[in-house]
Amino acid sequence: MTIQSKMIEARPAPNSTIGAVAWLRTNLFSGPVNTAFTLLGLYLLYVLLTPTIQWAFINADWVGTSRDDCSREGACWVFVNARLGQFIYGLYPGSEIWRVNLTFATFAGLIAWLAIPRLPYKRWVALATLVGFPVFAYFLLYGGHFGLPVVQTHRWGGLMLTLVLAIVGMVGALPIGIMLALGRRSEMPIVKSFCVVFIEFWRGVPLITVLFMASVMLPLFMPTGISVDRLIRAFIGITLFQSAYMAEVIRGGLQAIPRGQEEAAAALGMGYWKRMGLIVLPQALKMMIPGIVNTFISLFKDTTLVMIIGLFDLLGIVQAALSDSRWLGFALEGYVFAAFVFWIFCFSMSRYSQYLERKLHTGHRR
Amino acid sequence: MLSKKNKLVLLASAGALVLGATTVAQASTLDDTRNRGAVQCGVSDGLPGFSAPDDQGEWQGLDVDVCRAVAAAVFGDAEAVRYISLNAVERFTALQSGEVDVLSRNTTWTTVRDTTLGLNFTGVTFYDGQGFLVSQDLGVSSAEELDGAAICTQSGTTTELNLADYFRANGMEFDPIVFDTSEQTVGGFEAGRCDVLTSDTSQLAALRIQLADPDSAIILPEVISKEPLGPVVRQGDDLWFNIVKWSLFAMVNAEEFGITSENVDEMLDSGSPDVARLLGQDGNYGEAMGLNADWAYNIIKQVGNYGESFERNVGMGSPLQIERGINALWTEGGIQYAPPIR
Repeated sequence: MTIQSKMIEARPAPNSTIGAVAWLRTNLFSGPVNTAFTLLGLYLLYVLLTPTIQWAFINADWVGTSRDDCSREGACWVFVNARLGQFIYGLYPGSEIWRVNLTFATFAGLIAWLAIPRLPYKRWVALATLVGFPVFAYFLLYGGHFGLPVVQTHRWGGLMLTLVLAIVGMVGALPIGIMLALGRRSEMPIVKSFCVVFIEFWRGVPLITVLFMASVMLPLFMPTGISVDRLIRAFIGITLFQSAYMAEVIRGGLQAIPRGQEEAAAALGMGYWKRMGLIVLPQALKMMIPGIVNTFISLFKDTTLVMIIGLFDLLGIVQAALSDSRWLGFALEGYVFAAFVFWIFCFSMSRYSQYLERKLHTGHRR
Repeated sequence: MLSKKNKLVLLASAGALVLGATTVAQASTLDDTRNRGAVQCGVSDGLPGFSAPDDQGEWQGLDVDVCRAVAAAVFGDAEAVRYISLNAVERFTALQSGEVDVLSRNTTWTTVRDTTLGLNFTGVTFYDGQGFLVSQDLGVSSAEELDGAAICTQSGTTTELNLADYFRANGMEFDPIVFDTSEQTVGGFEAGRCDVLTSDTSQLAALRIQLADPDSAIILPEVISKEPLGPVVRQGDDLWFNIVKWSLFAMVNAEEFGITSENVDEMLDSGSPDVARLLGQDGNYGEAMGLNADWAYNIIKQVGNYGESFERNVGMGSPLQIERGINALWTEGGIQYAPPIR
């Protein structure tokens, strides 16, 4: 028997418990059942992914100008390539596209300014985004002033229209939703019942019905010769519909704020609007970020429904392109492209909301 | 203090301001169109060969050419058109409410539509009919051999009803398989869900191109329904009705006289009295419609005659490769016939 007088040096963990092999063994091959499932999973992945990759990349055609450049063995990205401008800007006149670019560059700039913590004058920039920007965007996109030719809304389309619809819907629905949520919790009977009726009515009908009413029935009720631009009809329909959902999300947040908060604020002598604006809403909205973003993402995707009223949003313009007799038969490519664009936007929104949650986290997480 | 009435007026005018894009109709569609500087034309939201935006974002198609012809007649400029895409459900409302001046959207002329909707059909741009597409392998050469077949069709159209009528009339059974969009219908046909695909013949050609191997399928000779497609206008404005009607007739007459967009300038001094009347050199036939004497010249110069439009959009000059068939001129065995201009 030997006596060790020195501390034994720490030895590295046995090879069987570290590294990729060990990770595989514990997580994927830890028993006969798990091994069988892992192999089955790998086989399924192989079966599903191989043709997909072959179709989308290996056999795909990337360069060309017409359908004859496509072998049709794989995806024909030539189609998406040839139509890319149209998918993004719709039928917006080519010489005026800079106006769309400028509008969205400005918007991206304003949002970036608000999102980067170091930059000053947040309050003014926020005001410019909410009040100044819509006016600016209207003059730039629609035109008719300052020497810009008018671009009728029936020429708007593609990703641009999807974004315009989504942004108008979001910017419009949030304040209306907050008002409705507060109104529904109000003790004034008329305000309260109005809000309840409004919310329950708009939540009770599907968006597709709302758009359909706006596009098919509304013109019949209007006096002859008076017609509201169909894009404005869609704006109003989407905003009212979405604000009802937003109101319920926000009401959920308001109910999670302990009554003591409001009572304490009242004890300090604050009036109703100060209590709400400074104490209750900031806490409620912060808590409701996942819910609000969820509503926004679903709104972003719901904008595709405007297709049924003849507006060419991203999906609509893809479908219109599919019916060009020179490009028949590339439906799959078109839909895959549209899905990919939607995914990028929705995923970015969801990441941004997670970032916001972390940033605004003040230790209340339960 | 404002009286109640004043308040209402104020509210209403505020409302009108909000609506922004409101327009007040004048008495006649022609005046409205002139003031606007463009014809508002209702087209489909994408139908191969009839109306679809091309790579440059310009609308192309047989239905679109009707809009362009009307614009050429009214303004002398075929590009003075605002295209409004409409789906099947909202098309008539859009016309009735004045959102569009002409509806040129692959619309079948039927009694009910012509007599109960307050609309007038102005002519026929395409004599369509429902037909069948079958796989070569099926070995069928006539629709009468289709007893017991599974048939793919698109929902919500008259094709479903025509199909049922035809099979009942012939004492045959069939198994309908209904899809929502044309891509799904083609997909179902390719995947073997059905033996036969039915739709209007104009669309069968477009569906056939979408097959992986277009040569594997044939279109059967039988046409089981009458689908005359044409432009539609509102009832009650006969001047506008005449303009749209004669724009189409001018195109058909031009083909009959052999006037094309290329030779129209040479034809100006052809000496034929028919041609001279059409091109506005002998008399002014546009005047009674509130148009210039060169209305038909502008249509032919900028849009082309009916045959050119047909070949370019759906005929042999297009990927659809549809035969003229009954859409040929009456002088060539078809039924396209336009009244004389005199």
